Amino acid sequence: MTQLALVIDLNVCVGCQACVTSCKQWNTSGWAGPLVDQNPYDAEPSGTFFNRVQTFEIGSFPDTETVHFPKSCLHCEEPPCVPVCPTGASYKRADNGVVLVDYDKCIGCKYCSWACPYGVREVDVQQRVMKKCTLCIERITDESLTERERKPACVLACPTSARLFGDVHDPNSAVSVAIREEGGYQLMSEWGTKPSNHYLPRRKIRRHLDPDEIIRVDNPLRKEDLTTYTDEETLDDVTW
Amino acid sequence: DPVSFSDRAIGRVEVKETTCYMCACRCGIRVHLRDGEVRYIEGNPKHPLNQGVICAKGSSGIMKQYSPARLTRPLRRKPGAERGASDFEVISWEEAFSVLAERLERLRAEDPKRFALFTGRDQMQALTGLFAKQFGTPNYAAHGGFCSVNMAAGLIYTIGGSFWEFGGPDLDRAKLFVMIGTAEDHHSNPLKIAISEFKRRGGRFISINPIRTGYSAIADEWVAIRPGTDGALLLALIHEIIKQGLYDRDFLVQYTNAAELVVDDPEREDYGLFFRAEMHVEEGCFDPDNKLWWDREVGPIGTHTPGADPRLLGAYKLDDGTPVKPSFQLLKERVEDYTPEWAERITGIPAETIRRLAHEMGITARDQKIELPIQWTDCWDNEHASVTGNPVAFHAMRGLAAHSNGFQTIRALGILMTVLGTIDRPGGFRHRAPFPRPIPPCPKPPHGPEAVQPNTPLDGMPLGWPARPEDLFVDEQGEAVRLDKAFSWEYPLSVHGLMHNVITNAWRGDPYPIDTLLLFMANMAWNSTMNTSAVREMLVDKDENGEYKIPFLVVCDAFSSEMVAFADLVLPDTTYLERHDVFSMLDRPISEFDGPVDAVRIPVVPPKGECKPFQDVLIELGTRLGLPAFVSEDGRRKYRDYPDFIVNYETSPGSGIGFLAGWRGKGGEKFLKGEPNPRQWEMYASNGCVYHHELPRSYQYMRNWNKGYLHWARAHSMTRYAEPIVLHVYSEVLQRFRLAAQGKRPGRQPPERLRQRVATHFDPLPFYYEPLETGLIDTHRYPLNALTQRPMAMYHSWDSQNAWLRQIHSHNYLFMSPRVGAANGFDDGDWVWVESPHGKVRCQCRFSEAVEPGTVWTWNAIGKAAGAWGLSAQADEARKGFLLNHLIAEELPANPAGAHLSNADPVTGQAAWFDLRVRVYKAAGDEPAVTSPQFAPMPRLPGQERRRGKWQAYVAGMFKK
Repeated sequence: MTQLALVIDLNVCVGCQACVTSCKQWNTSGWAGPLVDQNPYDAEPSGTFFNRVQTFEIGSFPDTETVHFPKSCLHCEEPPCVPVCPTGASYKRADNGVVLVDYDKCIGCKYCSWACPYGVREVDVQQRVMKKCTLCIERITDESLTERERKPACVLACPTSARLFGDVHDPNSAVSVAIREEGGYQLMSEWGTKPSNHYLPRRKIRRHLDPDEIIRVDNPLRKEDLTTYTDEETLDDVTW
Repeated sequence: DPVSFSDRAIGRVEVKETTCYMCACRCGIRVHLRDGEVRYIEGNPKHPLNQGVICAKGSSGIMKQYSPARLTRPLRRKPGAERGASDFEVISWEEAFSVLAERLERLRAEDPKRFALFTGRDQMQALTGLFAKQFGTPNYAAHGGFCSVNMAAGLIYTIGGSFWEFGGPDLDRAKLFVMIGTAEDHHSNPLKIAISEFKRRGGRFISINPIRTGYSAIADEWVAIRPGTDGALLLALIHEIIKQGLYDRDFLVQYTNAAELVVDDPEREDYGLFFRAEMHVEEGCFDPDNKLWWDREVGPIGTHTPGADPRLLGAYKLDDGTPVKPSFQLLKERVEDYTPEWAERITGIPAETIRRLAHEMGITARDQKIELPIQWTDCWDNEHASVTGNPVAFHAMRGLAAHSNGFQTIRALGILMTVLGTIDRPGGFRHRAPFPRPIPPCPKPPHGPEAVQPNTPLDGMPLGWPARPEDLFVDEQGEAVRLDKAFSWEYPLSVHGLMHNVITNAWRGDPYPIDTLLLFMANMAWNSTMNTSAVREMLVDKDENGEYKIPFLVVCDAFSSEMVAFADLVLPDTTYLERHDVFSMLDRPISEFDGPVDAVRIPVVPPKGECKPFQDVLIELGTRLGLPAFVSEDGRRKYRDYPDFIVNYETSPGSGIGFLAGWRGKGGEKFLKGEPNPRQWEMYASNGCVYHHELPRSYQYMRNWNKGYLHWARAHSMTRYAEPIVLHVYSEVLQRFRLAAQGKRPGRQPPERLRQRVATHFDPLPFYYEPLETGLIDTHRYPLNALTQRPMAMYHSWDSQNAWLRQIHSHNYLFMSPRVGAANGFDDGDWVWVESPHGKVRCQCRFSEAVEPGTVWTWNAIGKAAGAWGLSAQADEARKGFLLNHLIAEELPANPAGAHLSNADPVTGQAAWFDLRVRVYKAAGDEPAVTSPQFAPMPRLPGQERRRGKWQAYVAGMFKK
């Protein structure tokens, strides 16, 4: 079975939020939209976003890491939000593993958001239904688009290409290779949810300098030897 | 079922290509429309700049287009209404034009300099500058003086190019990348693409910044530095690299002035200048090649003599007894005392770290050399079988620039890049056309008051590149002719002007009062000004007759910015999706390393209401005023509108040079130079709105000295000279100004009060000094440095009207080390006062471990005045957001060099935003949980849409139904 998913490379994510708003603009006018905004021009604006970037710090000065962490529905293989849904509105597609919400059935009871350990479901307070990342389902399955375009909006937008998209069940897909070779991991795998989205960890490049690399025969200072001699005495003049 | 659903089947679908303007990067975009409303904006995959990607701002263009902050009608301050109260009446464009044309016609006939035109982050300086020059006013500049002029001038006066549009780090081939200071918002998508690929290839990325945010987050190493001390670090790195012999000797000898002999006799008039030998000199070259090297065998010898092997170090005597030293020897002497231990005390970076960084840069440059099989010929006719490079790349922008010691700091950066041998070579720094240009570039400002005459265009370029005191724009007393005092002895190399002092100077009438100030896209009543609260007072201040000290203010903007409230006349501009624009070789194109690129915008939706692009406003005004560029000899209109102007304008009749480089010639068969092509816009449109000329590979590197490239550039009129552009390790240009200040040079002399200032700061070699204000205030009382950083999801103040982006940053905090809180008795999230010698602001603090403990910082320009930008007066931006600018003085405390000197770099006039010193203390418990200062809310303006209600659900094609 195909399981579509995102693999997010934290090693190159600069937290620019391109994935956040490109998702919003595609989806608000798309199949899963609108993504409403509350108090859009007033105090405490908030709104529905399928994808958000959280930023946190690790360590204390000067050994500090700043981590940008994009988070959206992980399209779990065992999604806890699905069985708790009393109306069957939350479902996992058999053909590609994408977890979706059928708004016609959703009653906005929020059970799914309580069941989701990742906090990635968003209640649309105006329409009173749950909304979430669809992996841009209508884009990725739209045969009228070119292959390059059949990707989630966030993946197309990402300036650092930190977001890879593909079938994590296909061992030869780019996402599977990245997970295998770059240490891809799941969020809170101990919950047994088997999230399909994976994250690639930070990887540090360090440089070891050997002292021998500084002192070398081709050092250009050797070409600037400026020693000049005057007629002062030397041992040659005074010893025998 | 979403799988059987095709988005493209809904409504009337169109896809149009244009260029983004959610920041200044100018990425190519594809705008999808559904029933005429914007449905989706994606990156254009065929565009050389962004290669299909798009950022958070670009993805939120929809909310800019449909923002309730849009201005839609020309407005006039109501008769009798107080300025600043936003009490406007709607007028027609015809009224607006006739009011303005009548006033400007009078000013032009009386004294053109009483009209001033200053523009913000616009992208049309070729046109705005042309208008000002044609009008005859010297009082014109764009925002560069308060942005990054130190970066432009510091590097262009050193290597003939600079970062961003002018050049950048070649991360495709670099092995080590060092980013210094905040640089996130310039060239942002291309840089993100490149950094990511660089890291994936295993490159090592070091970030030197007081704060770890933005790109620094993914650096392999973060080196925290105290603000304003970058110069000390760079000089210590140069010290260590020279000490260890890790410099690229061959590069320095062949391509820089490091081996050229400098006169070393303080008694001589040419002290500190290059010794000029009597020899044949080519006519009309910009830097005659009559200088000497000291050959190890034969002694003095003409530079670049075949077979010569010059000394870089030592002291020598010429046959006529003149003592001389290679300029590299002077550099070595200069950095002698700038040891890593010395720099540690200033920068806070351990000496061991500085040493290690220097070694890593030097060893990587030396041992990981790149060799590309590209043949090329240098200007001295040496054939090279390959292009080689040293793979250490740097990037810096405002973090280094926005200090009053920024010019010399950036000179030091240029010299570090040069001693490592990385200029226009693979893996290092690479130029972007039309750079490299001669050092300094040829255009010069006017030279004296006689350049300004009634009803006459200005005699000189509106802005330029002084090479000697005679190029300054001063009167007989040596005082400024321009309102902003650019190109005066106060800021001799202020190549972008000093917009940050325009309002204060105009208000004070120093050097003279003006009548009309036209501002375009410049939020001078808020985030684009220093000392914001006081400047707002100046804008409404009246003289003893009850007249406003700045009599007439005209503001052109697309949105209800804070500045609009102070206008006497408001001209509603279009958004980027509604207009034509060009990013021109005459201005700031978007060239790639591999060759010239320029681009255009083409409207994808009709203008809202009565909005009119500012370019059309200028062309209409120019025509009505009868400015020579806009009317024929018999006074008739030359150009229908801006698109017509772009196609048909030539810099002089028959020059073949116009605003656009692509598809010139009658049928579009020429490029860079050629007759006007009536179908030029269509040809841009059918190519994604971009023109990209890829140079032959042999012209892509070593362009300062690449004979083929320079002749190509000359043949295509990109440059006046096909001569080598030798790098200025030692700046003779600066020494000329210093000699004048020391009274050792005939010709123009600075006023007495400025002699010491010029003599000190026009040092031909980089040196470190404390930021100017620091030496004039009580730093014990104000122990902390305060900075702003650039959020990647906002561009300056541009996006608070954007319903999506403001959800990411609706207000800001003052970030600081928990140690600051512990020392001052407050906790994370508390309300605090942040106070400078000039004012105080109340805000909320937030503790962070990702900041150097002596620094506090916030996101730039998130705070807004109540009611501005289409927001409610209760919006977070006004109640919880704050603006650091209230604390930053636009002038230095009075000192021997002057009572009203700009708080700016003494060489370039670059606004010293980042020199700010503050203290922070807890707000009293009974104080309101609101930021301070607060201002009377700006009301909704006539023609501005009513703010939407509690809910907004945007669906393209249905939004306006």
